[in-house]
Amino acid sequence: MAIKLLLENDHIEGIRYYDTYRKHGGYRAAEKALKMSPADIVEEVKKSGLRGRGGAGFPTGMKWSFLAKPEGVPRHLVCNADESEPGTFKDRYLMEFHPHLFVEGLLISSYALGSNATYIYIRGEYAWIPDILEQAIAEAKNNGWLGKNIKGSGFDCEIYVQRGGGAYICGEETALIESLEGKRGNPRMKPPFPAIQGLWMRPTVVNNVETLSAVVPIINMGGDEYAKIGAGKSTGTKLLSVCGNVNKPGVYEIDMTCSVEEFIYSDEYCGGIPNGRKLKACIPGGSSVPIVPANLLLKTAKGETRYMNYESLSDGGFATGTMMGSGGFIVLDDAQCVVRHTMTLARFYAHESCGQCSPCREGTGWMYKILKNIEYGKGKMSDIDLLWDIQRKIEGNTICPLGDAAAWPVAAAIRHFRDEFEWHVKNPEESQTRNYGLAHYADPIHVPTTA
Amino acid sequence: MSEQTPNFKVTIDNISIEVPAGTTILNAARMIGGDVTPPAMCYYSKLKNSGGKCRTCLVEVSKGSEKDPRPMPKLVASCRTTVMDGMEVKNITSEKVVDARKGVVEFLLLNHPLDCPVCDQAGECDLQNLSYEHGSEATRYEFKRRTFEKEDIGPYISLHMNRCIMCFRCVFTADQLTERREHGILDRGDHAQISTLLGKALDNEFIGNVIDVCPVGALTDKTFRFKNRVWFTKPMDAHCNCTKCSGKVRLWMRGEEVFRVTARKDQWGEVEEWICNDCRFHKKSVSDWVIEGPSNIPRSSVISQGHYAGNIGTAETPVLIDKVIGKKPKLTLDIHSISDVNRPEIELSKIEGPAHSDDFKKNK
Repeated sequence: MAIKLLLENDHIEGIRYYDTYRKHGGYRAAEKALKMSPADIVEEVKKSGLRGRGGAGFPTGMKWSFLAKPEGVPRHLVCNADESEPGTFKDRYLMEFHPHLFVEGLLISSYALGSNATYIYIRGEYAWIPDILEQAIAEAKNNGWLGKNIKGSGFDCEIYVQRGGGAYICGEETALIESLEGKRGNPRMKPPFPAIQGLWMRPTVVNNVETLSAVVPIINMGGDEYAKIGAGKSTGTKLLSVCGNVNKPGVYEIDMTCSVEEFIYSDEYCGGIPNGRKLKACIPGGSSVPIVPANLLLKTAKGETRYMNYESLSDGGFATGTMMGSGGFIVLDDAQCVVRHTMTLARFYAHESCGQCSPCREGTGWMYKILKNIEYGKGKMSDIDLLWDIQRKIEGNTICPLGDAAAWPVAAAIRHFRDEFEWHVKNPEESQTRNYGLAHYADPIHVPTTA
Repeated sequence: MSEQTPNFKVTIDNISIEVPAGTTILNAARMIGGDVTPPAMCYYSKLKNSGGKCRTCLVEVSKGSEKDPRPMPKLVASCRTTVMDGMEVKNITSEKVVDARKGVVEFLLLNHPLDCPVCDQAGECDLQNLSYEHGSEATRYEFKRRTFEKEDIGPYISLHMNRCIMCFRCVFTADQLTERREHGILDRGDHAQISTLLGKALDNEFIGNVIDVCPVGALTDKTFRFKNRVWFTKPMDAHCNCTKCSGKVRLWMRGEEVFRVTARKDQWGEVEEWICNDCRFHKKSVSDWVIEGPSNIPRSSVISQGHYAGNIGTAETPVLIDKVIGKKPKLTLDIHSISDVNRPEIELSKIEGPAHSDDFKKNK
C-alpha cells in the first residue's frame, strides 16, 4: 500500500466539515506553522523539494523565495483553481471533499508569504464548489483560523473565493491575475513576472490547489521527511485523475515510485483496460502533454521501465518521452482513433485561444481545419507535413504557453502515429467506417545494444 | 535622457551601439536603423503597453549579457525585451528568426482578405510592406477566410473588421487618448473582433487618430473613402492655428484639391503629433492651411513615385547593409527571364517613332 498524504483521511465520513477534520488532526500543521517564522516555513518547503502540481513542475520553494518584498507594499497569494485542462480533475476532488485541508494549506502559505488577502480563483464551471469552499472558510473563521490576529500570532488573513468566467486561458497565471482584477483574461507580457508585479502590480505568488494543500503534510512531517518519499527530484505524493479506457477511472494518490505498467494494470489503481481491449496510447499529464504509444509509455527508448514521476516520464525528451504535466492521465485503447482524438484537442485549443498574438490565434484554427479534413477523409498527404510546419511555427513563438500546449499534442501525434494519419489519407472511405486499430504501437521497441 | 542612467552596449547583427539602460531591443535597433530593425506591426512607441502581440519583431538573443552569457531559449519579442549590458542579438543574420517571421507573416495573412486593389490603405500599408519583405509568395491556406458582419462605427471612421490583424493599437489609442473607454475587443481566438461598446459611435475629439495608428486598412477615413489612391496624391506638410491640437498635419493633395488630412508620420510610420478631428475631417480646403512644402517620403515607398526634389532616401542605409550581410534588393520576378521586350541596352530615345516589339527582337 502506497503512502497517502493528501487523501489520508479520504475514507472518513464528514471530513469536509470542520469538527471532523479537526478531530482527525486537522489544523495541527497550522498550529505548528504559526509558531515558526515565515522564512523557516519557506525553508521547510524548499527542503521538501515540492514541485508545482499545476503542470510545469517548478520547485515551489524556489518560486516562493523569488517573491519581492518591498516595504509597505502588500503581497498576495493567489490560488489557481482554474483547472480547465481536459483530463484533469484532481483539484476538483480535493476542493470538494477536502476543503479544510486546502484552507489550512492556504493559511500556512499565506503566513509564509505574508499575504493578508489571499484569493482562490476557481473555474466558472465548478459551480457548486465555491459554496463548499465558502462554508469551509466561514467555519475556519468562526474557529479563529482566519480573520484578525489568528490564534494570537498577530497575523491577519482573509481568503476570498472568486469565480472565473469559464475560460481555459485564465489558468495561465498572468491571465488569471488580469481576470481577477476584473479585466479581460489576456496573458501579460513577461517580464515583469508576477513575483515582482502581479495582482494590482503587487508581488504575487500563484500556486495550484494541490501544491498549496501539500504544504500541510510538509509542515506536519517536516521537509526532510517529505523529501524521502518519492524518487529523485520527484518528491512527495501526486494526485492523478485517470479517465478514458480503464476499469477504474478516478482520482488516485501515488508516491511516484510505481511503474506506469503497475499503475494501469494493478487493481489498486486503474485496474486494467476494460472489455479485453489492449492499450494503444496514453496522455499521462493532461491534454497538452505529448501523447505516447503503448510501447514507449511502458518502457523508455533505452528499454528501461518507465515510472510515474517527473523525470522518468520525460525521459527521452519529446522525441520518445512525454511529461508529468498536471496529472490528467488519459488512456486510449485499440478502438480509439488518434486522428479524431487530435482533432478534438485541436478544436479545444482553437476555441480557447485568447486571440492576442498572431501565431496562436490563426495557427490553432488552421490546424483544426486541416485535422478535420483528414479525419473526414478529405485530407492530402501534404497536409501532414503542413501540420508539422504549422505547429513548429507556433511553438515557442507565442506570449503564453497556450501556443505550446496547442502545438505539442499535434506534434506528438504526427511523430508517433504518422502511419495512422497516412492511412486516413490513403483510405478515405475505409477510414469513415472503421478505425486503424492497434497496429504496431504496442510492439516491443528495438533497443540498440552497445558492446 | 538623464546622465545617471548607465549605458549598455548591445550588439545587433554584428553592429554595436551604446544605449541607455531600459531601452528595448527594438528601439536600440531603430537607433542603428536600416535592415537590422525588426518590423513591428503592433508596437507603437507613443502608446503605453503596446507591443508583444504580433510576433513579427521576434529576434534571437545569442548572448544574454556580459554577466550571464547564456542565450535565451526562445525567440523574444524585441519590442518588449529590454537590453542588458553586452547583449548580442541576431535579427536578419539568424535563420531561426527569418523562418519564424515568415511563419508569422503567413499567420497574419491567413484570414486577411487581400483586397488591396479596393483598399484605401494600399500603398501605405504596413502589412503590404511586411509581406513583401518577409513573407513567402503564396499561402498554404485552403479554407474559407473568416468574415465579420459589417459594423457602422460613426460618420467619419470606417471599420473593416475582415482586414484587421488584431494589433490592439486602436484600443490603446482610444484608452489613452480619450477619457473614457469606448471600444475594445469582443470574443476571443480567431473570432476576436474590435468593436465599439454597445454599438456606441466613437465621438471623441481625437478619435480620428485610430486611422493613423492602424497598420492595415481596417480603420479608414470615410471622408477619403474611394476618392483617390494614395500614390496619385502628393503629400505636403502644412500647419494651421488649431486651438485643440498642434495643427501640424500632412495634406494629401492633387492639384489644388486637398483629398485627405493625416498626422505627420516619422520614418517608422508612427504619428509625430496627434491631430484633432476638426483638422482631420473638416478642413479640406487649401485656404485652411499654411503649406510648408513637400513631405519627406522614403524612396522605397510607392508614394514617392512622383519623384520630387530633395526626396531621395539617406545614403547611410546601403553602407550598413554591406556591413551586415551584403543583401541585394529582393526581386519577386526578373522580367528579362520571361520577356525580351524590356532590353535595357536599347535606348528608347534613339528609336524613331513609337517603339514596336520588332525593335526588341534579339536578331535585330
